[in-house]
Amino acid sequence: MGDSILTYNGGCVLAMAGKNCVAIAADRRFGVQQTTIGTDTTRIFKINDRLMLGLTGLRTDVITLYHRFVQRLNLYRLREEREIKPASFSNMVASTLYSRRFAPYFVEPVVAGLTEKGEPYLCAQDLLGAPLFAQDFVVSGTCAESLYGTSETFWKPDLSPAELFEVTSQSLLAAVDRDCLSGWGAVVHIITLDGIETKFLKARMD
Amino acid sequence: MSQLQGFGGFQFDLLERNEKLKEKGYQVPTARKTGTTIVGVVFQDGVVLGADTRATSDTTVFDKNCEKIHYIAPNIYCCGAGTAADTENTTALISSQLKLHRLNSGRESRVTTALTLLKRMLFRYQGYVSAALVLGGVDFYGPHLYTVYPHGSTDRLPFVTMGSGSLAAMSVFESKYKDDMSRAEAEQLVYEAISAGIFNDLGSGGNVDLCVITRGHTEYMRGYAKENERLFRKPQGYSFPVGTTSILSSIFEKSLAHTPSVTDPESSFSMAVD
Amino acid sequence: MYNKQHLDPHDDTSAQRPDFMPYQNNGGTVVAMGGEDYCIVAATTRLGLGFAIPTRNVCRYAILNDRVVLATAGMYADTVALHKVVTARVKVYQQQQEKPFGLFSAAQLLSNTLYYRRFFPYYTFNVLGGLDQDGQGFVYGFDAIGSGEKVKVVCNGTAQALIQPILDNQVEKKQQYENKQIEKWSLQEALDLVKDVFTSAGERDIYTGDAVDICTVTKQRGVVVETFPLKKD
Repeated sequence: MGDSILTYNGGCVLAMAGKNCVAIAADRRFGVQQTTIGTDTTRIFKINDRLMLGLTGLRTDVITLYHRFVQRLNLYRLREEREIKPASFSNMVASTLYSRRFAPYFVEPVVAGLTEKGEPYLCAQDLLGAPLFAQDFVVSGTCAESLYGTSETFWKPDLSPAELFEVTSQSLLAAVDRDCLSGWGAVVHIITLDGIETKFLKARMD
Repeated sequence: MSQLQGFGGFQFDLLERNEKLKEKGYQVPTARKTGTTIVGVVFQDGVVLGADTRATSDTTVFDKNCEKIHYIAPNIYCCGAGTAADTENTTALISSQLKLHRLNSGRESRVTTALTLLKRMLFRYQGYVSAALVLGGVDFYGPHLYTVYPHGSTDRLPFVTMGSGSLAAMSVFESKYKDDMSRAEAEQLVYEAISAGIFNDLGSGGNVDLCVITRGHTEYMRGYAKENERLFRKPQGYSFPVGTTSILSSIFEKSLAHTPSVTDPESSFSMAVD
Repeated sequence: MYNKQHLDPHDDTSAQRPDFMPYQNNGGTVVAMGGEDYCIVAATTRLGLGFAIPTRNVCRYAILNDRVVLATAGMYADTVALHKVVTARVKVYQQQQEKPFGLFSAAQLLSNTLYYRRFFPYYTFNVLGGLDQDGQGFVYGFDAIGSGEKVKVVCNGTAQALIQPILDNQVEKKQQYENKQIEKWSLQEALDLVKDVFTSAGERDIYTGDAVDICTVTKQRGVVVETFPLKKD
């Protein structure tokens, strides 16, 4: 990894599927290499009542891309008079990233939401927009490997929203505690058909 | 509007910035590559395509069960190796061009048309679109099998392999391939070739996917063999009773009746509650 | 072509051998966990090289005596060389002093052996586990040049990033800030945990696979080795 621009600001995102619910979680650090600048960072954005987008990577690109997506989503809503489906939104993200194939945005997005039937939808992409669909969990960011380790071990099928919150939180916290570029607080969003529950976690601040 | 949605093609607005970053010594991040075993073989009345299902980034497995056999047309499929984003988008683009061609002409697509579109596109990009493909299908002229290299060169052969596991798979083909095999023999041969890649190449792994194309019929067998399921789980599992994680604050946003309304992007940044 | 500059003994650029690559990464993962009356030291058996698997069954552990086990990830040639040196030193000590070599001494010996090669190190990542005089299990984790630490549980090697957070979370409950209860792990529970984390790592790390040798050290039975299968892809 070393001096990769993807790890310049740090940060990570984890999304997990439960029974008729999904969780998407992130740390709250904003750093410049080893220096921590902020501890109240938002890197998970609400797209609609059943859909959220997590963006890790270069912070300037995270913010720019989020604004681009909001603009395109607003135009989509005005034209279609409906909310976008998770799969369509993933395609919007993927095509935006792939259009910059040879001069990319340095971000790795995670799309998490519920389909119309209330089934979990998870999609992670690389910086060129190659999609990866998973039934269990998806990760991105500076501690992706650690998140894979914890999630692979702790996740199990058909978790209820309350159980899913605990599994997601513990998987995220355990991973970020071993990564000096992520951490400094964490947030977990649990998406159900009733709404989105947002919880800010107590975490190590070092 | 044109700025926003574009008319297709690649955009280079970030090029200057990214070059500056490279000059300053920041590594260019690597895209996800599929260390892969993909193969194809021609038999009596069709072709069999095969692929493993592992997607890696460096030494970490990102996807244990990804789909590497892409749809091109009802009678044509294409396996992809190389940069995941490139194989995915190249095959999707050519698939869409062929669909338009079918709607215009009212005729079944031909494999050579798909091949020509693919090689023209890849040659135009001089190898920078790094897709290595195995293209197979059955059309008016019978079964066809091709490989397409990232620079746009192509081969037409009775049995082909591609990707990091191509040597392992080719060793199976070279020792066991026969002309005019039956469908069952061809399926077994492809399964063995992919398995050789899965077990002997670290970039390949997971399940064996197969796609058998015969005249007027295509059978896509996702998970033809699943020999790499997880072997062990801790018997008592891991329990995180409710309350394990300490919470600072919590908000619940009730779902509104899904009424679309335009969003103010700044609202997302003021979500923090402490 | 004759170039005078290349023969100049004071021109140190001519002495460079840029293609001299003495190291290779053979992957592998090692874990050690100490308990009340046992210690577990585990090491994977796959030898990886690039995208190839030259061998599926190598031994990455060395039984120093009936209460101390060393396990090593990294470059396999260095692993073998290091194990040879350390086991020989332990044997000589035991012959001369007529008493068993202790766990803490073994940690010191390993640290010295590694630091002795400070500027041309063994490319190895070690864990050391065993029982102290009272039969209690302890483990040490080391970097390639001998900096070590006595810990409860440790992982080294290619799947370190995947496994260490799980062990932190389960053994030390590091992410529980209220009502933290650190229970004692029975030998069977600890074995199940070790098997599970290796299975998880085998799913995601391409250099971790084939099998894992699990050495269990107890006062009653000495060192018992079990080979636990992992995925072969």
